Parts: sequence; structure tokens; C-alpha cells
Amino acid sequence: MSARDLFTFRNRHFTAGVGIIAAMLIVTAIAGFIVLPFAQPWVQFANFWDAICSAAGVPQRAANVTAPEQTKRLSEVVLTSHTLSRPSQEAIGRGATLAQRCAICHGPTGISRADSPNLAGQYAAVIYKELHDFRSGARTNAVMSPFAVNLTDEEIADLSNYYAYLPRLPAYHPTPQLPKPNIVIYGAPMRGIAPCGACHGSLDNKTGSPWLEGQSEAYMKAQLEAFAGGERRNDISQQMRNIARALTPQEIEAAAAYYASQPPDIVKAVD
Amino acid sequence: MLANRKLILAHFWFAFSVFGVALTLGAWQMFIRSPIGTWLSNPELYYRSLTAHGTVMGYVFPTLVAMGFGYAISEAALEQRLVGVRWAWAGFWLIVLGSVMAIIPIALGRASVLYTFYPPLIGSPFYYIGVVLVVVGSWIWVALMAINLRVWRKAHPGAPVPLAMFANVAGSYLWAWTAVGAALELLLQIIPVSVGLKATIDAGLARVFFSWTLHAIVYFWLMPTYIAYYTIVPRAIGGRVYSDTMARISFILFLVVAMPIGMHHTFADPQVGAGFKFIHSAFTALVALPTLLTVFTICASVEIAARLRGGRGMFGWIRALPWDNPMMLALAFSFVMLGLGGAGGLINMSYQLDASIHNTQWITGHFHLIFGGAIVIMYFAIAYDLWPHLTGRELIDLRLIRTQLWLWFIGMIVTTFPWHWVGILGMPRRMAYFDFGHPAIAPQALSVTFSAFGGFILLTSGLLFLVILARGMRAPQADAGPYRFAIAVHQPATVPVALNTHALWVALMIVLTITNYGYPILTLALTEGTSVPAVYVGAQ
Ligand code: HEM
Ligand SMILES: [Cu+2]
Repeated sequence: MSARDLFTFRNRHFTAGVGIIAAMLIVTAIAGFIVLPFAQPWVQFANFWDAICSAAGVPQRAANVTAPEQTKRLSEVVLTSHTLSRPSQEAIGRGATLAQRCAICHGPTGISRADSPNLAGQYAAVIYKELHDFRSGARTNAVMSPFAVNLTDEEIADLSNYYAYLPRLPAYHPTPQLPKPNIVIYGAPMRGIAPCGACHGSLDNKTGSPWLEGQSEAYMKAQLEAFAGGERRNDISQQMRNIARALTPQEIEAAAAYYASQPPDIVKAVD
Repeated sequence: MLANRKLILAHFWFAFSVFGVALTLGAWQMFIRSPIGTWLSNPELYYRSLTAHGTVMGYVFPTLVAMGFGYAISEAALEQRLVGVRWAWAGFWLIVLGSVMAIIPIALGRASVLYTFYPPLIGSPFYYIGVVLVVVGSWIWVALMAINLRVWRKAHPGAPVPLAMFANVAGSYLWAWTAVGAALELLLQIIPVSVGLKATIDAGLARVFFSWTLHAIVYFWLMPTYIAYYTIVPRAIGGRVYSDTMARISFILFLVVAMPIGMHHTFADPQVGAGFKFIHSAFTALVALPTLLTVFTICASVEIAARLRGGRGMFGWIRALPWDNPMMLALAFSFVMLGLGGAGGLINMSYQLDASIHNTQWITGHFHLIFGGAIVIMYFAIAYDLWPHLTGRELIDLRLIRTQLWLWFIGMIVTTFPWHWVGILGMPRRMAYFDFGHPAIAPQALSVTFSAFGGFILLTSGLLFLVILARGMRAPQADAGPYRFAIAVHQPATVPVALNTHALWVALMIVLTITNYGYPILTLALTEGTSVPAVYVGAQ
């Protein structure tokens, strides 16, 4: 007995094994690729081939569906965790020069004395994305937009690298540290809200999410309300809008007050 | 005593030690996300634990049990010297190295990606390379099993391969081929991103590769259990295998139909065509066949034992069974859990019903019942049965063994029944935190609490198991004689070549993989623009 006696149709086990499997395959393929597609009255197929392609999962572009008209600009920035990850000293130097015009609001050390965001030590990818969004109009602000419209790609990168390079200093008006509210560490699972801390530090950080410790309370509250109301819409895939819409006013208050009260040196050090 | 007892003991001890650790983590997970635990405020720790638990229980533990048992079978069933002992040790040490390499980044929080990898989530390369080493170590075992069988065939041309070895080699081939899916995913997709050669990954394709592994791996886990059903239990309870042919058919059926069905794990995935999902679903229905054959054959074999012991009547024979024999007890528990879990599996495998339990706690309840219950309880039985032949000492405390098995059975029922139930109510799996104060899930608090208690019963049982084995190393010496497998009512003098070799079935397995996976993998691999940015664990 050898392989030659087995792999031949004279061997009834071979014939039966191969035959049954082939029959199964053919029957299930006919059912899966022809019968079942046509059994769905709500889908129309031009012909058999169309049905087979659909069941096989051939990538197709639906001809009669047009993308909804986009009235407002959306963010076009693509971020990966490598975006701007290795800045050169020259880039930081150029950024420092450019940053002089930002200092009036964001502070000479990157710590704002007004309710503009602090930028010192913010992740480069975050500043990079916001500047791009201000420039493209995906995010608008009466004061900020005019500064951003004329920046070149390189200037945006340099500014981002410069601010990321600055040391994280305490807020201009430090307040006593508050305990973590539930919304920051647990989120609200029953309302589909992930914990703030899962992206913005405290628990973990995700690419493109700023760390928030020591930011102005008024600023953060205003941004959450703008996300919830849809005035701000440059968050990729509505990540922040979906959350902000589901937050209660109390949760917005609690999250903003908590982050504002934190010293920046507790930002989870990963770099 | 078995000549390779050191090798086999090394496999078993490493397997059962990591099992003990992972079991503790499992019980902790259950507790910490139940209403009786106070939440740690840090899901990151939960996911580290979950990754470690899944990696050990899914990859390291069952693989080592199958390997150790496989070496024992090769030596005892073929009654020949084990060829390639040094290679076997090399395989073992690769697995130890791989496990350590994988566990360190998990412990450091650098690889909290769960054992299913979940790209585009990307962790430390050491984690993935560790897993690859575990697989490579086990492939050495696959090769050794094939080589040993070959050597035996040369010496016994045309003779029927002993059933235990036939099944063991079938299991090893199944593993060799099914591991290829995850290996491709790791080597072609994940590791290049993890070491920084690429920053994007085709997560849909990765899921399809993983499904290639994910179904048949459960049959690889199952193999030692089924081998024990057929070749240990009847001998241990004084019966005969009802049909040697039926047993062989079951094992070759596993080889053929366990592989091309993995897409039942991607029913909810948009990147796979519905036609392929249907084919996989239909073939999944077929995989019940070898299990039904096995249940029938084993029940018949057990009945033979009972009647030999004087059992009478339609069902009266059940009372005549040796219920104080741990092997009998383990088999009965295993069958009950297999039956219940199998019924649940019918829901998972059907395209439509699956939608209602997809990604809920039902799934975790289901695989704990089948894998942790029906399968692992037979791993215990295998260890108990082999132990005297590995240590040269007797396992005297049968009562303790029975207690351990009872606890495992009760613990598994108490854990998994409520676990299924909350899944039906919609509780998602792989969540680190549940707000039981919320009125919508407050009613589930009680069920989850029961599960947590069940977890502690299981932990107790698992620790007891380790204690029994450890005490078995110091018991009085006793010669257990040569290790024997069960014989059939009609022990075959010749077996048709198709049922004495694996080639035809391995060929069908590969062909079906190509027909059922080839097109989806090719289109996904060739379609542009399907990759997404990787999300690095712990990165900015
Ligand atoms: C003390 C007994 C055990 C308890 C309490 C337990 C508990 C758990 C829990 C809570 C999860 C996570 C479920 C989720 O959140 O999705 C889990 C996952 C898992 N368990 Fe267990 N387990 C136990 C024993 C076992 C055993 C005996 C095995 C198999 C040998 C096993 C294999 C697995 C696997 C493979 C996973 C999947 C991990 C993942 O989803 O990434 N467990 N277990
Ligand atoms: Cu499966």
C-alpha cells in the first residue's frame, strides 16, 4: 500500500472523500453565491455575475449613491504616532522665532495668562493638527484663524516642534488639585462615553489627543460646549462631538475643573 | 516508567505552573469587574492581566499539554525509542523562551493588545516574537511526531498505526497548518509595524488571517481530550473502544473540516463577502459530525465497561459504572459540559443568531465552558493517568482527586451559566469596568457576582490540582507497569490505507483552505487603500 494506491479514483475512500467534499463545496457555493443573494428581495442585481461578485465581497463602488454635500470643511490632517516624532534643533529654533507672534496670547513661555490654551510641552502632533485645521478652515476662531492662514507646512511643523520642546510649566493661576471625577476615569459606559482619561492622559494617551492638565477651565468648557453644539467640528470621525453631545452640563463642569486643577508634571510620561 | 519522563514532566510542569498563574489572573479579572470588587480605576491593569491570561491559556498551556502528551503517546503507543529527543528539548526551551519574552512586555504594559492581537492596536515586538517562538517550538514537535511515525511504519510495513498515535499525528498536522494563519498575520503584517518598518496596517486582512487560526486552534486544544476519550477512558474503567474505525473517521474529519470554517468569527466583519460567510457557516455545521460520532462511540464504549461489570437493563448499566474512578468522573463531567457548550455553539455558528450574542459575555461564557470545562478537565485526567508512569510513584489520594474534579465541574457551571445569561442580556465582553449602579445594568449585578464566586471555586480546584501533582512527586514508590492504551472490541488486523495515513486528509484540508480563504485573502491583500494607521500601545 502506498500513496499511489490512495491517490487514485480506483480507491473508493479517495473517491468518496474527494467526492463528498467537492459536492459540499459546490452545493454551498451555489447556495451562498447565487440562491441566497437573489433571495433578498430588497437587493437588486443586474445579472448572475453581479450577484456572485457581491456575495464574494468584490470591492464595488455603489453607482447611485452620492456622498452627501459637505457644507463645512472637515479636517484633512492624517496623524500617526510618528508624526513629527524626531525634530531637529534647527526646526525648534525656527519655531522659536515664529512663536514670538503667538506669545501675546499663549504666553512667552507657552503658558497663557488669558484663557487661551497653554502650549508649552503640548504634543507636537496636536499643535500640528490644530494649526492645519485653522489654516484649512476646518476649525475657526476670530483671533486664531488670521494667524494660521498664511503659515506654510514647514512653519506649522516648526511651531509644533518648538512648543512640544518647551518645558511643562504650572498654569498661570494654579488652583488646589481636585480628585478625579467619574467621567474622567470611568466614562459613562451605559451612555457609550469612554473615560476622558483614556485618550487625554490620566489613564492613557491616544495620538492626536492633547494632554489637558492645567488648561484654562473656561477654555475647556467652551470647547466641550462647542463640540456638543456642533460649532466646532474638526475632530476626526466626530470622536469628540459624539462624546460631548452625550455629556451632561455637570459632567462638562467636572471634567473641565478637574483638568484645570492638575499640575502639568503629572502628565503620563511616555516620551 | 516512561523513558522520556523528564521531557514529558518538563512540559507538564511548565504548562500547569503557567496555568496556575493565568487561572489566578482569571479569577482576579472576574472579581475586579464584578460588583463585589472595588474598581481599581485603571483599566490598563485589567488589560495587561487579560492579555497574559489569554496568551497563556490560549497558546502556551494547551500547546505544552498536547506536546507532552504527544511524546508520551509516541513512546508508549509505538513502543519504540523516541527519535529526536534533543530536538524535543530544543522545542521545549524555545517555548519557555518565547513565553518569558512575551510575558515581560505584557507585565510592563507594553503589549496590552489581548491574545487576539487586535490590530491596528500594536504592542511591543517582543510580545509577538515571543508568541512566534512558542509556535516555532511547537512546530518542532509536529515534525518529531511525523518522523517518529515514519520510523515506526518502516519497521512495521502495512500494520495499523495505533489509534492514539494516528490521532496524535492528525492533531499535530492540524496545528501545523492552522498556526500558519496567525503566523502570516504576525510576520507579514504586525511585526513589521511593531518594529517600525511600516506605520499602517490592513486590519481587515489581519482579522481574516487570524480567523484561519482561530477556529482550528480550538480543535487542536480539543485533540488531547478526544484522544483521552478514546484511548484512555475505556481502559481506565475496564471497557473497550466500541469502534476503532469510527474513532479514525472522527479524527480525519477534524482534520478536513476544522480548517475551512474560521470565518464564522468574522460574521460581523464588513470586509468579508456574505457568500464566503455562508460557506464557512455550512462547513461549521459539518464539524458537529465528528463530535457526535465521538459521543456515540464513547457512550457505547462506556456501556461495554458497565455490562462487563454486570450492569443490566436499558439504563440500569449506568449504575454499574465505576463512579469512584476519577477517569469515569472526569469523562462524565466533560461530556455534560461538552453537551451544554455544544448547544450554545449552535447559536454562535449560525449567521443570524450570532448577531444577538456577538461580542457579548456569552462568547466568553461559551468558550470557558467548552475549553476551560470540557477540555481542561480531561487535561487533568490525562495528567492523573500519566503521573504514576512519569514519577514511578502512586497517586494515592483518590478522594482528593475526585474533590478536585467535582470542584472544577461545579465551579465551571457556576461561573459560566450566569456568564452566558448576562451575554444574552447584552453585556459586552472585554470591558474593564461596569457601572452596576446604573439602573439599566443593575439587574445583572447578581449574575456577575455568581460568576465571580464560580471563579474562586475554579481557582481552588486548580490549586488543588497542582497540590495533588506535587504530592504525587513525593508519594511512596510503586511500579505502575508499562503505559497502555485502550483496545477496541475488534482490534483491527488491517486498516484501509486511507484510514491508516493522513496524506489524503491533509491534502483535502489544504485544498479547502484555498477554496474557502484564497479569494478573500487575495482581494484584501491586493486592494489598495485598506490600511489604517497603527495605534501603538502606550505611545503618544
Ligand atoms: C478561574 C477560572 C477562570 C476565570 C475566572 C476566568 C476569567 C476570565 C475572564 C474574566 C476573561 C475576560 C473576559 C472578557 O472581559 O472579555 C477571560 C478570558 C479568557 N479566558 Fe479565562 N478564566 C478562567 C479560566 C480559564 C481557563 C481554564 C481557560 C482555558 C484554559 C481560560 C481561557 C481564557 C481565554 C482564552 C480568554 C480570552 C482572553 C481574551 O479575550 O483576550 N480561562 N477569562
Ligand atoms: Cu470557531
